[in-house]
Amino acid sequence: MITVGLEHFLVISSILFSLGLYGVVTRKNAVMVLMGIELILNAANINFVAFSKYGNFGYDGQAIALFVIVLAAAEAAIALAIVLNIYKTFANVNVDEIDKLKD
Amino acid sequence: MTIYDIIFYLFAAITVLSAFLVVTAKNIVHSAFYLLFTFFGVAGLYVLLGADFIAIVQIMVYVGGILILLLFGVMLTNKITSVEIKSGTIHVLPAVIGLGLFAAFVLSTMMTTKWKSNPAELPFTTVYDLGYILINEYVLIFELLGILLLIALIGAASIARKDKE
Repeated sequence: MITVGLEHFLVISSILFSLGLYGVVTRKNAVMVLMGIELILNAANINFVAFSKYGNFGYDGQAIALFVIVLAAAEAAIALAIVLNIYKTFANVNVDEIDKLKD
Repeated sequence: MTIYDIIFYLFAAITVLSAFLVVTAKNIVHSAFYLLFTFFGVAGLYVLLGADFIAIVQIMVYVGGILILLLFGVMLTNKITSVEIKSGTIHVLPAVIGLGLFAAFVLSTMMTTKWKSNPAELPFTTVYDLGYILINEYVLIFELLGILLLIALIGAASIARKDKE
């Protein structure tokens, strides 16, 4: 195996992104879709931090990775509140069965 | 092959394997726990990239916050006592084909592009410089994110509360 460089991190993040997208596309449960989104955000974050190191850009990449983590936290809180409301209304959270905007 | 490489492959294996298990496990609670290992693996990769503060934040926010929120979401939206917590899947075959092609395209792009690589030497700690940059160049975004978190907190509480009868 060759020495670890930028490509290795990029490959890991590509795999993580594809797996997250697979989770978003195939799972029915809304909470599972959220987990897929978290995987995608993590993949993007690995890219930011990797380019921040190997591009020698200083700390801009890490600062943006920090912002992404904050946004992910806010997104998870709001999305779960919405999922709870959907559960109250429809008694399930399967994204393929929820197709009514209003009763 | 140095210690660095060995540790990298270890964390990479943890991350990719547990991410695969997250999206394929039948039981949602199992998925949530595999997600824990994915987050730890990603935190390890951050440490290898010299981003110690990001790694700590990753563990505190993702493992301590988001994962707990997701588990609460699973617990509150399933009838745990009566049915097994399962999540069905749809469109598996088209997704495998489409995302296989997508992953092959992205991976080939990542590996064939001649990235300009000029690695920064690993600093002893990034906290000082990161804090400096946060309240100088990125101070507007920093403050806006504070407001955003407040709004998200209020919004989530008001969306999820019970209606007054």
